[in-house]
Parts: sequence; C-alpha cells; structure tokens
Amino acid sequence: MQLSTDQLLDFYHLMVKIRSFEETLGSLFSKGLLGGTSHFCIGQEASAVGVVQGVRDTDWLVSNHRGHGHLLARRLNVYRVMAELLGRETGYCFGRGGSQHMCSMDEHFLGTNGITGGGIPIAAGAALALKCQKSDSIVVVFFGDGASNQGTFHETLNIASLWKLPIMFVCENNLYGMSNPVKRSVAGGGKVAPRAAGYAIPAQTLEGRDVELVWKATREAAERIRNGGGPELLELMTYRLCGHSKSEPRVYRTREEEDQMAKLDPLATFPKRLLELGCTQEQIDDAANSARKMVEDATQKALQDEPGDRHVALSGVFAEEEVSK
Amino acid sequence: MREVFYSKAVNEALDEELSRDSSVIMIGEDIGCYGGAFGVSKGLWEKYGAERIWETPISEGSITGIAVGAAMMGMKPVLEIMFMDFVALALDQMMNSAGKLHYMYGEQVTVPMVLRTPGGAKGGYGPSHSQMLSNLFVGIPGLKVVAPSTPKQVKGLLKSAIRDPNPVVFIENKRLYPQKGEIPEGEYLLPLDKAEVLSEGTDITLISYSSMTPVCLAVKNALQPHGINLEVVDLVSLQPLDTDTIFASVRKTGRVIIVEEACLTGGVAGEVSALIAEHCLDSLEAPVIRVGAADAPIPSSLDLEKFVLPQADDIVQAVKRIREWA
Repeated sequence: MQLSTDQLLDFYHLMVKIRSFEETLGSLFSKGLLGGTSHFCIGQEASAVGVVQGVRDTDWLVSNHRGHGHLLARRLNVYRVMAELLGRETGYCFGRGGSQHMCSMDEHFLGTNGITGGGIPIAAGAALALKCQKSDSIVVVFFGDGASNQGTFHETLNIASLWKLPIMFVCENNLYGMSNPVKRSVAGGGKVAPRAAGYAIPAQTLEGRDVELVWKATREAAERIRNGGGPELLELMTYRLCGHSKSEPRVYRTREEEDQMAKLDPLATFPKRLLELGCTQEQIDDAANSARKMVEDATQKALQDEPGDRHVALSGVFAEEEVSK
Repeated sequence: MREVFYSKAVNEALDEELSRDSSVIMIGEDIGCYGGAFGVSKGLWEKYGAERIWETPISEGSITGIAVGAAMMGMKPVLEIMFMDFVALALDQMMNSAGKLHYMYGEQVTVPMVLRTPGGAKGGYGPSHSQMLSNLFVGIPGLKVVAPSTPKQVKGLLKSAIRDPNPVVFIENKRLYPQKGEIPEGEYLLPLDKAEVLSEGTDITLISYSSMTPVCLAVKNALQPHGINLEVVDLVSLQPLDTDTIFASVRKTGRVIIVEEACLTGGVAGEVSALIAEHCLDSLEAPVIRVGAADAPIPSSLDLEKFVLPQADDIVQAVKRIREWA
C-alpha cells in the first residue's frame, strides 16, 4: 500500500505538532511556568509518527520517559496533554502523572513510564492479556538504546518469544543513554537489533528519521505479529537534537557532531521530500501552521485551568472497583 | 467444618477462583507439572492447562511487570514469587507500577493482581531463603498487604485478594504450609482489612501475624496454668492496619507485646507500637514491648538460626518483664 499525499501531509502535520509542543514546553520552562523535568524528542519525531501511524488505532501503545511524540502521534488531545504537563486538573491524569506517567485508555495508550525499561514487561503483560482474550490487537512498546541494557529487556524478549506474544518491540536508538554513548554502553558496536537474535526474535535496523520507511516497516511487522507470527523488534536509528532533559549542556558530545546530525533533522528533510512527491509549498505550510496553531491554542487554554485541590492529591490511591478496559 | 493443611487451603482458593472467573490466571516459576516449589499449586496446571497457568522462566523482575500489564488489561493474575527473599527482584514493578498506576494514571486503570509469596524461615534455609520482608511492602502506597496465619484465613483472604481491584501482596509462610486447621464447608470470603482476636484474655495483649501467631497461642497455653491470661490478636492485614481491633484490645488489657518474625528495626511492630502510643497512651500500664528477629542476616546453621529469630522463650521473657513493670 502506498501513502497518499493527504496521509503524507498529515504525517508532517503530526511531526510539526510534536516539535512545536516541545518548543513550547521549553519556553514554559524558561518562564518558570513548568515544574520538574521533561525529556524531549526533538529530532525523533519521524520514528514516533511512522510507528504509531503504522499500526491500528485499536492497537495498544506503551511508551517510556520520552513520550510526547508517541502521545501526540496517537492524536491524544493536545490541550489535555499540555494541561497534564502543567499540573492542571483537566489533564489526562489530573496532574498526578505529568510527562512521564501519562495514560489514555480511550486512545489505547497504556502509559508513559518513568523507569527505564519499566514499560517493557508491562507491555508484554498487556500482550498476554490480548492473547488470553483472543483479541486481534497487538501491543507496541517504545524504549531507547539505554533500556536495552536493563534486565527487563532481556527477560521480556525471552518470555515474549517463548509465548509468541503479539508485541512489537520498538527501540528508538538515539545514540545516547542520557550522556552515555551507545559505543560505551551497548556491547558489540552500539546496535540493539542483534540482541534479539539471542531470543529468536526477528529484528531489523532502519533509518528512523525516514517516516515513510518506518511506517512501511511497522505496517508489515504489525500484520505478521497480528497473524500469530510472534514478536518482532524494530531498531530505529535516530538522534535527539536536544539535551537529555530540559536544557542540559550536552558536555558528552561535540557541537560539530550536532551540526552534522541537524542536517538529517526529519523536519528539515521531509518538506523537501513532500515537494518531490508533488505537494505544493502552500499545502506544506498549511500543515505546519495548523499544527503550531493547535499547540498555541491548547497551551493558552490549559494555562487558564486550575490545578487540582487536596482531594485530587490524596484520593484515588486505592480503587473501589475494577475499571474495565 | 473440616481440617485441611494451610497449603491445601491456598490450593482450594486458587482452584475455586480459577474455576469461577476465566480472567484469573497464574504466573510463576515451576507452577506447572512441578506444582510450585512448595506444592501449593499441585493439580492446577493439569486441570486448567497452560493457557491459564503460565509457567515462566526465572525472571522475577519481568514476570511481575507482566502481571501488572495483564491486570491493567482486565486479567486477574495471581503471581507466585517462590521465596519472599526473591521479591527484591520484583520490587521495582510492585512499587513503581503496581502500587501507583491507578493513582498516577488518573484512575483510568486498575491493577487487580495478587503477589503470593512464602515468607519466613523454615529452619536451615539460610540468609537468602528465610526472610520475612513484610516491612518492605507496608510503606508503599497503593499496595494492600495481608499475612494470614491459619488455613481458614488463608483461603477466605486469598479469594478476596483475587477479587479485589487493587494489587495485594499476599504473604504466606513456609512453616505454616504443613500446619492443619479447621475451615468452613463451602465457599466463604474474608475481609482484607480486619484483624482477628484468636483467643480472648484479660492480662496482656500479644499482637502478631503469620508464623508467630501459633507461637503466641502456644505461649498463652503454656502460661495459662500459671494464672496469666493472655489475649492473642492476629493482625492478618498489615496494610491497612485494623486499628479498631488493636486499640480495643489494648484498652482492655493495658499491656502489649508485639511479636513478628521480621527484623525488629523498621518493621510492622514498630508501626503498631507507634499507633498505640499515639492513640492509647492513657490506657497503657507498661511500655509497649516488641519481639522480633535480630537485625542480622539469618544464618543457615539451625543452631545459629535460633539466636537470630524470635523464639517462644523471648515472648515468655517479655511477658515476665511487662508484668514486673510497676
């Protein structure tokens, strides 16, 4: 199946929305309007959009600490995502979760996760439930190169393979686990895909900044998994053009390296590709401008909202009854 | 009423719930044809098959996360961690996921899972296979913690724990598995948040849970002929604590000894003691005394083990001390 012009423009719209959302967060931080910390995916938008748009809306997503791209690629309400980050009661989780602990069951988004590698077994558990329930949905779990060094990654790949779970492991390899480069943290040359061979899981390493390529590979893998083929792993090579969190000084890499990588920024390369594919400059500008406008409006609206009260802070520790999915 | 082993009571609860609700599944190591390290799940794999009884590789960290994820999606997983010492490997998913998800995900999900694990010493199992680590869980918000001491309790409570919408840490006990007790005929459930006065008395309250409860009852029987009438209160639930039952007993006797198998420092006994000090000071006629394990690893040698773990005589000595208080 080929992507239509409308779909391609929509992908670009989503990628700009993610970039604009995080740039807005940066400015809210510098104005002191946002507390805590946050992990941006600036430069990694193509892998988020390609994967999330490559599966069905009824497939389940599990994300990690760097999840804004995944949330917005699944088309969660930008205003409610922003409200959650701003700690407002109107956020998806009443302001209790924030960036690293956000969930929307209505959108089949099982949550971002603040523990590196923590979401991987949870995703396998969700896949086990789907298998028990004889569902035709699958689970997609995002993690970084750093998480592939956690025990949960290895344990879960082993179990998912043994049990033939309907799960897609998506490693966004951005070359750094916080400050630690993959060459010094991922043995054997810094690639994660070869690790899957030890668990008899098919894996491929792809250029993660090519949204079309990611979309196509995801679609194909998803159908194989859906048809009972067992888990697969996609390693998407990418680069975070920002620091690990907020505005850290990036002492672990050179500005020259960053300049080289900036040339591969999907938000710089994709508009050229769209022109080649026959989109007009006006269409491209419209896709970008509408995305920025959505973020701007959502931010203004969320800023007006109130934070939760003492009741919101202290209730909800225990459930009175089961919440059916 | 009929007499069954504690381990059989666990097995009956699992069997009944697996049969009642198809969303109940078991996850754990060697729970298939082996029937679990202590034989507790014997026969269930044969009866319900590999699609309900998920026997796993040795991967406690991930199988705990798998239980969490399955629970979020509407299953009711009963996870077995073979020895309570191994919960160290499962702790991240219990404290950072299971206990928090309902709250932090804005009440959009529930985690109706049970982590079953046998705590305590069986005699000679040594430092990594003998610990009662109840103290690790009671300070984690969002987890319910129960530690039944009798076959009747263990069956009724496990069934309630499986049906509860929240994650429950269900502490069984290796020393209790081969002990017999009466259980009611037919189906019954017990509340997860209630203590039980197992034997009424007037002079001193002994508060305990899990393996130390039968020891307290034995001490009561031993001291009865000497004119000392002890009341034995079993906490049953460690989180939440049933303060109504605890305080009522303290107000009756005015003298309290709290007995647990866990290390004395930072344990449940300390917490109960603090609550009594806060709420019952006027009723107290003597200081609250705690009896627990020494703050030391549990040695393998049976001769050494008894110096670390609380013994019946330690309780007798505490009774003596509290009676001598002016």
